[in-house]
Amino acid sequence: MNPTSRHDDELIARIQGGEKEAYGELVRQYMQPAYYSALALVGSHDEAMDCSQAAFIRAYGAIRRFEKGRSFFTWYYRILRNLCLNRLRDRAAQAVPFSLVLQVQEVASAEDDPAASTDRAMLRDEVRRAMDRLRPEEREIIVMRDFDGRSYAEIAELLECPQGTVMSRLYYARKYLKDLLEDVL
Amino acid sequence: MNSMERDRFHLLMMKALDGELAGSEHSEFDNFLRDDECRREWQSYRKVKEATMDLKLSSPAPEVWDGYWRGVYNRLERGIAWILVSLGAVVLSAWLALEAVQALWANAQVPLIVKIGIFTLAAGFFLLLFSVIRERWFTSRHDKYKEVIR
Repeated sequence: MNPTSRHDDELIARIQGGEKEAYGELVRQYMQPAYYSALALVGSHDEAMDCSQAAFIRAYGAIRRFEKGRSFFTWYYRILRNLCLNRLRDRAAQAVPFSLVLQVQEVASAEDDPAASTDRAMLRDEVRRAMDRLRPEEREIIVMRDFDGRSYAEIAELLECPQGTVMSRLYYARKYLKDLLEDVL
Repeated sequence: MNSMERDRFHLLMMKALDGELAGSEHSEFDNFLRDDECRREWQSYRKVKEATMDLKLSSPAPEVWDGYWRGVYNRLERGIAWILVSLGAVVLSAWLALEAVQALWANAQVPLIVKIGIFTLAAGFFLLLFSVIRERWFTSRHDKYKEVIR
């Protein structure tokens, strides 16, 4: 067991004993990954806030059923994911463009060639637009891997599926993205 | 290349893109890249991967994190408050209904047929309410498919 999960177990034991402030500590520890995970699915800052907080409330209601030794975030993520997907289903008619919550990383350009640099910037813009057309589950796996840098093992744990399924889902998500970008590749 | 080899290539290509190739998989992947079509495909995926790596999710205002737990706490508190308000409303309504029924029964001026009508109406209403509450409670406890997104 790693130090984080041992610390989580201690916190959860205190919460199960009725200490609400311990839950505050746990929420503060996971609020950022929770918020960004919700954002990857719902594509709106307001809804990411609402869903991630609602998931923490549901998790609190069910905390007595939490089994010691499990990862809190993996358990929480299942609640969050269902909430976000239900929210998306409910508001299917008013989809928000995902590209609105995407921005370019501020990294020094490694390209010496200005033409190559322009091409890359153009491709980046196209990728941003193409992300709007991916399904939430496809965006989710690309964000987990390429934005958050999670390993296959971590993604498999969060999505509760084998690593082979993670690779296959990543392949299909990237393939769809590549097909959408056919003209600029 | 047959479909099994193609699937294997795609799997190795994902691993190569994500730096997850292990041991002999490197040389196996290099062998695939001798094929022109595979190499072209690999280059396209690399470009897509590089472009997605340049993007990130935009951040909310920094103050959001200061008030985050307070927001969760307030919503938790409000949830408890709503439960208490609903419970109080149910208790009061039940008491009022009982008082009304008793007053009606004691009123000799109201014809018996009207009394019977009102009693059956009230009984039916409470039975319906009880049935709906029980069904919701039972479903939330025992529905093994409740986590399934339909």
